[in-house]
Amino acid sequence: MPDDLADDALVDRLQRSAFGYFEKYANPENGLVADTSREGSPCSIAVVGFALSCYPIAVENGWMSRQNAAALTLRTLQFFRDSAQSERPDATGFKGFYYHFLDMKTGRRVWQCELSLIDTTLLLAGMLTAACYFDGGGAEAKIRELADRLYRRVDWRWAQEGFETVAQGWKPECGFLHYGWEGYNEATILYILGRGSPTHPLTAKSFGGWTMTYQWENLLGSDVLYSGPLFTHLFSHAWIDFRGIQDAFMRQSGSDYWENTKAAIALHREYGARNPNGYEGYGRDFWGITAGDGPGYRDMRVDGRDRRFFGYMSRGAPYGPDDGTIAPWAMLATLPFARDAALSGTRQLLASYPRVCRDDRFCSGFNLTLPGDDGGGWLSEGWYGLDQGLLVMMLENARSGLNWKLLRDCPYVVSGLKRAGFEGGWLSQ
Amino acid sequence: MRSTNIAPELNKADRAALRHRVRPDDWKNPKPREIYDLVVVGGGPAGIEVAQCARRLGVTVALVERKELGGNSLNAGSIPSNTLIHSARLCAQMRDAEAFAVSTPAELKLDFTALKSRLMRVRARIAEYHSVDRLRHEGVEIFFGDACFSGPDTVAMGPTTLRFRKAVVATGARPRPPTFPGLVEAGYRTSTDIFDIPELPERLAVIGGGPLGCELAQAFRRLGSQVTILQNDPKFLPREERDAAELLSQSMARDGVDIMLNTTVVGAHAEGSAKIVEAQNYDRKLTVSADEILLSIGRIPNVESLKLKAAGIDCDGEGVKVDDFLRTANARIYAAGDVCMSHKFTNVAWASARMVVANAFEAKELRHQELMIPWCTFCDPEIAHVGIQVWDAREKSIPVKTYTVMMQDVDRAITDGQDDGFVKLHVEEGTDRILGATIVATRASELINEVSVVISAGIGMRALAGVLHTYPAQSEAIRLAALAYVRDHAE
Repeated sequence: MPDDLADDALVDRLQRSAFGYFEKYANPENGLVADTSREGSPCSIAVVGFALSCYPIAVENGWMSRQNAAALTLRTLQFFRDSAQSERPDATGFKGFYYHFLDMKTGRRVWQCELSLIDTTLLLAGMLTAACYFDGGGAEAKIRELADRLYRRVDWRWAQEGFETVAQGWKPECGFLHYGWEGYNEATILYILGRGSPTHPLTAKSFGGWTMTYQWENLLGSDVLYSGPLFTHLFSHAWIDFRGIQDAFMRQSGSDYWENTKAAIALHREYGARNPNGYEGYGRDFWGITAGDGPGYRDMRVDGRDRRFFGYMSRGAPYGPDDGTIAPWAMLATLPFARDAALSGTRQLLASYPRVCRDDRFCSGFNLTLPGDDGGGWLSEGWYGLDQGLLVMMLENARSGLNWKLLRDCPYVVSGLKRAGFEGGWLSQ
Repeated sequence: MRSTNIAPELNKADRAALRHRVRPDDWKNPKPREIYDLVVVGGGPAGIEVAQCARRLGVTVALVERKELGGNSLNAGSIPSNTLIHSARLCAQMRDAEAFAVSTPAELKLDFTALKSRLMRVRARIAEYHSVDRLRHEGVEIFFGDACFSGPDTVAMGPTTLRFRKAVVATGARPRPPTFPGLVEAGYRTSTDIFDIPELPERLAVIGGGPLGCELAQAFRRLGSQVTILQNDPKFLPREERDAAELLSQSMARDGVDIMLNTTVVGAHAEGSAKIVEAQNYDRKLTVSADEILLSIGRIPNVESLKLKAAGIDCDGEGVKVDDFLRTANARIYAAGDVCMSHKFTNVAWASARMVVANAFEAKELRHQELMIPWCTFCDPEIAHVGIQVWDAREKSIPVKTYTVMMQDVDRAITDGQDDGFVKLHVEEGTDRILGATIVATRASELINEVSVVISAGIGMRALAGVLHTYPAQSEAIRLAALAYVRDHAE
């Protein structure tokens, strides 16, 4: 990566390379996209959702023809239309939801994984994005018709199991999974899409039931609705423009989710600067603690200190868990919210540790505290689709706001927001 | 950690002293009076407190205890567990000593018999403050034996009947028995007898991730056992907020406790000398092999043998039913402590006992719901709370903002290497009134008391920010939170 690139050129280049992940790791036959670049990786339905949301970006930037993008999108939707929806353990989905991981070729459930609400939500967000973007006839009309049909068949109410809030998943082997969503996290978009459904919406009290567990906090100098991992402050924002719109909680707190993400970014930078655990590299321009790959579970003594390292997990700041691993893409993904911080951190990272961005594409995890084979810190192998998709979308939102504009015109998103109690800003215009 | 028995003394003197203080072997019940102003059924913390407070008012008091004075706290609760926890902390500190530039022997040795002796010594010493002799000296007439109500104003102990003008049920609670098959046959322990184990178990399975389960899981791990803890919820300590429970998980994992959340125990069986716990994590079946199983899934009230109906007292699975003033359905009979309170803590037992005496004999109308209850889980770091939880405030439409200071940012916590945790003060928005606090810190049990005083005295965040604290001190975190409030509200 040349170090004399202007900011916009740098961003363009990194965004283009991130999108390259989908070109390389999507199955053109059915539109499924591999979770990671590693050999034998199954498809992650969330990554498919990101891919569907990135194809319009690729068209607008001239990386894909509109015709090809529409064709791939249609094949993807057709796969989800035609794939098995049943209680059978090897189906693709059930009740309109989908299993988290699917076989790249057959589309059948793998790893005995869960029917995932949040990952289905991200897939649906991609489908709705496609429906909003492809506004022509022929294949594009079919995209709209299919996306609408697939969204409407999701039985959100079933996933509440009679409770106020939703379960996190379901398995045919044991029923619903309750991992305990307490406090703010990435699920805002889930509740909004769930509330917006014209067929099987989440109940009126669902969003309020979840937000009842929120905590408005003054923490490390920021007023913030806290959630530890950085991605939780970004996922919903990849699709929904939260600028100036508020739900009941944010009205009471005098903020909004857009400002909240800015506050969370400030908190992460401050945590990096304070670096209470003395991890190598951490600083105001070296941050990005989030979900991602890690060095693997091990305890060891490094430079006279006992250290505990983790594998793939959701890391957070300041409460942890934190093992000194950052996601190198995460700083840049905050570009729409904190341009200076995002660019400053990214530039410093690229200048000091260029290997975190092999082929201009960021890896999932980097840990300077744990010496790697070459002494330059541990580095995650290959790439993760979620990281690349989120980065492509966030960089586009910073540049043109394309994804935000698209879903501002999605009636289900608008009704979901309003039913969840959001008001103001563009929503009231 | 290697466990040894290098000092196998049984501390007979302490055992005898304890026995003498909680139930002398040669005890003979006194001849009952015609009628007592007050009969207290149960000689645990609540019962003893009721008896002592009532005697100070000059009323005649009979105290009836089935087994030994002291109840759960002294014999199977806070006292033995905190004694054990302290030794476990020392083990952990010695393991970490190198980080503080202090060398320790290559192999730490635990003298488990000596630890048990110390446990006995501590219990014996504390028992003195509530001993048979002391109570008798204060004029409390003590009766040992099984008792039950025989009418609305009588308690029967075999052939003996105690008549009363007022009575208090303070029989406490005991560990909830297993709700799944096989454990009785396989053998298990609860808080009642875990402190009696002859030697440190090589492998310990703890069922239940509430306060006691977490405390003992971590303590036994630090003493040297391989510990697995199984919890059916997605987090430990369901009464605590997410961030506190998460920090505890991280801390226990760091100690090497094998943590199984979202895991329901479905059965148990024995295989040779091993005890096997059978569990299910959603669709995954698993087993845990252990030498001892500690069951810690809550407590149930001791009411079965009391014949409460004979006295017209209502009761359900949660315990004796009381009104706001701790009165049972029989207006002359009250209840106090674990047998009726949802918070089954010693400090709550004492407070409810004092409330009962005030209401019963001083014509007060104190309501137990108005008690402000600080509590603590004595893990490392400790997790303490007082006042309202944020979710409760939000349910009541009270706007709350939380001021958080990480212990990582407190100088004294840094100097001591005790910087895991935080202080959170929950403040009513638009005011500087503190509604509650959650503290996770090495000595959260001490820090929380400052907040209790502040809340009780009605001291707001502004005034608190102006109160000088010693420096450096971990309690500085509380003032730093108040200072954050002041900065937040600067003109």
